Amino acid sequence: MVKSILIVGVGGQGTLLSSKIMGAVFTDLGYDVKVSEVHGMSQRGGSVVTYVKYGDKVFSPVIEKGQADILISFEQLEAARWMSYLKPDGILITNTQKIDPMPVISGKAEYPCNIIEKISNAGIKTICADALSIAENAGLAKAVNMALLGMAASFMHIDKQIWIDKILSTVPEKTKETNIKAFEEGYSKASE
Amino acid sequence: MKHVGLNVAADPLYTMSYIGVKGGFVCAVADDPGMHSSQNEQDSRHHAIGAKVPMLEPSDSEECTQFTKLAYELSEKYDTPVLLRLSTRISHSRSLVELGQREERETVKYEKDVMKNVMMPAMARPRHVHVEKRMAELAQWAEGCEINKIEYYSKKRGFICAGTTYNYAREAFGEDASYLKLGMVNPLPVNIIKDFASHVDELYVVEELDSVIEDHCLKNGIKVVGKQIFSMLGEFSQATVKAAVDGTHDQCIEYPEQIPARPPVLCAGCPHRGFYYAIKQFSPYVSGDIGCYTLGASAPLSGVDACICMGASVSALHGYNKALGIESKNSLAVIGDSTFIHSGITGLIDIVYNKGFSTVVVLDNSITGMTGHQNNPANGKTIRGDVTTAVDIEALGRAIGINRITVVDPFDVENVRKVVKEEMECGEVSLIISRRPCALLKGIKHPAPLKVSDKCIGCKMCLNCGCPAISVKKDENGKNRAFIDSNQCLGCGVCTYACKLGAIER
Repeated sequence: MVKSILIVGVGGQGTLLSSKIMGAVFTDLGYDVKVSEVHGMSQRGGSVVTYVKYGDKVFSPVIEKGQADILISFEQLEAARWMSYLKPDGILITNTQKIDPMPVISGKAEYPCNIIEKISNAGIKTICADALSIAENAGLAKAVNMALLGMAASFMHIDKQIWIDKILSTVPEKTKETNIKAFEEGYSKASE
Repeated sequence: MKHVGLNVAADPLYTMSYIGVKGGFVCAVADDPGMHSSQNEQDSRHHAIGAKVPMLEPSDSEECTQFTKLAYELSEKYDTPVLLRLSTRISHSRSLVELGQREERETVKYEKDVMKNVMMPAMARPRHVHVEKRMAELAQWAEGCEINKIEYYSKKRGFICAGTTYNYAREAFGEDASYLKLGMVNPLPVNIIKDFASHVDELYVVEELDSVIEDHCLKNGIKVVGKQIFSMLGEFSQATVKAAVDGTHDQCIEYPEQIPARPPVLCAGCPHRGFYYAIKQFSPYVSGDIGCYTLGASAPLSGVDACICMGASVSALHGYNKALGIESKNSLAVIGDSTFIHSGITGLIDIVYNKGFSTVVVLDNSITGMTGHQNNPANGKTIRGDVTTAVDIEALGRAIGINRITVVDPFDVENVRKVVKEEMECGEVSLIISRRPCALLKGIKHPAPLKVSDKCIGCKMCLNCGCPAISVKKDENGKNRAFIDSNQCLGCGVCTYACKLGAIER
C-alpha cells in the first residue's frame, strides 16, 4: 500500500523543507520513500509542487490526477489548481493565505473568490487555517511550512513526538522554538 | 550536466570516444522531458549513438549509485567514456540508497602515448578501429548483463522500458504485465529483446522523447507498439502510460472554474527588473540569454526578443546587426555574469574583430541565480565558496579592444536610460555592466519596504514594473489603490520611477 502526499505552493514559501522532514520521518519508520520536486525557472514566485510517496515499495515518484491521499496547499489559488490531484476521498489541508500571481497583479485575470467554499462544495474534505497568522504568532513568519505540516501530521496517525524530534534535528538552532510552536499550533488547530 | 550542456561538451566527447581513458571517465547528463526548465526537449541518447559510447540509464537514486560505479568499471574495462542518462524526474527525486564502502585508488601515472592521445589523422584512424571493436564487444556484454533484466508476471502484455519509464509502467500495470528493464540504452541488446518478445502476447516500448529503442526493435525485425500510442512530447507518468495502453484514467474532481496561471517571475528586489524597466521606453530589440533574466521576456516587462542558448545573446545580436546594418542600432544583448564567462565572451570578441557596433549588457548579479546560487569565475569565490581570483569584466572588455565600457546600477533607472541610449546610438561596440547583487544573496542589506501614500489615485502605472510585491486593489472606500506587500518588498525603489505622482515613498 502506497500513500501519496502532494505539497503545493508558491516559490519561496518553504514547501521543500516540509517535504524533506516528511521524507525523513517516513524513512525512519521503515517505509520505502520517494520525494520529488520540480521548481521550474525561478527562485521565487512560480507555482511549485512536491510529491511525497511512501509504502512497502514505491515505484513512480510522480503523483497524477486522482491519486493523492493528502494535498497540502500553502496558498488558496494553488489549492484550486491542484485539487484534481486528490483522490475523490482525499483530504485537502490548505492555508487561507492569498498570493496574487502576475496575471492578477497585471490585471489580466481576477483572483477567484470563495475558493475554499467551492472546493468544499465540490465534495473534497477540506481543512483550512490561516497558517501565516499561526506562524507570525509563533514568532516567525517563515514557519508557515511548520504550521501546515502540523495540520497535515494530525491526519497521519504517526506519534506527534516523532514529528517534533525530526523538526528539531532539521531546522537551525535559533528557529527551533518558533518552528515547534507553529507546528504544535497547526496540529491542534486541525484536530479541533 | 544538462542535455544542452552535453551539446557544448559534444566536441571533446566525440573525440574522447577515440582516445578512451586511462582512469574512469563518466559523464552524467540529464534530459528534461516536459521542459520544466529548458529551451528544448532533445534526447541525449542520440549523442551516445553519435559519439559511439556506452550509455546507462538508472531509474532511481539507488540505481544512480550502482550504475555510476558500474559505469566507471565499464569505462576502464572497455577504454571508453561512459554516459549516464538521467532525466529531470530522476535528478529531482530522492529515494533510499544503500551506501557502500569507498574504494581508494592510486592516481594513475602519466605516460606519454602519442598513438592514443594525439588525434591527428594517422593516429585517429587506428583508434576508430578500436571504437568499432569496443562497441561490438559492449553490444555482446549488453546481452547478458545484470542491468538489462526481465521480470515475468502476466505474459499478456510486455513492456520494454528504461529509467523512469520502468517505474511508470510498473506502477500502472503491477503484476498484470511483464517488464524488460534496460539499464543500458546504448548499445542495445538484440537477443534479450527477441527472447522477451517471444514470451509475451502484446509488446510495448515505453520511452520518453524519441523512438530510439523502438527503432532498434523495428530494425531487428521485432514488432512493437511504441510512438503510435506514446507521445514524443513531454514527461510521462503512470497515468499517461495507462491511458495510452488501455484508455483508463483515475477519477478526480476538478475545480469548477478557470484558474489564473502562476508563471515564474523576477523576485521582488531583483536587480534585473530595474534594467528591463529602464530600457522599456526605447523598445529596443533585445537579444536574450539563459538565466533568471530570461524571465524579463514575460509581461509586463516584455523585454526580450529572442532566447536560444547560453552565449547566443551576444553572437545572435552580432548577426542581427550585421544583417540589418546601422539602422538596427536600437538593439542590445543581455547576458548574466556567469553566462558571459561561459560563452558570451567569444561572441563579444567576434563583434570587435568584425567591426560591429553592437551594445552588449552584462547583467552582473554576482551569482549564478536560476540554477540555485552557484559561484562563478566573475564573483571571486570557487564553487565551494573559497575566496579566489575574480575575472575583472571591465578589464576583459578593454583587453579585447572595447573602448566604451560603462558600469551602471540597475536601480538608478534614470542613469541606466541615459547610458543605454548613448551606447546604442554611438555607432561603435560598447559594453555596459549593470551591476548589483542578487536580492536573495545572504548578507545583502535591503532598505525598508516602501509605502504608498494618499497621493495614489489607483492609476496602475506602478504595475508596469511587474513586481510581485505591488498590486492594485479597492480600498475601504471602494477606490482603486496600490498596495505594497511589506513581507515581499525589499525597498529597491524601481516602482518609484513608475509612479508619476510620487505616491510611493521610502
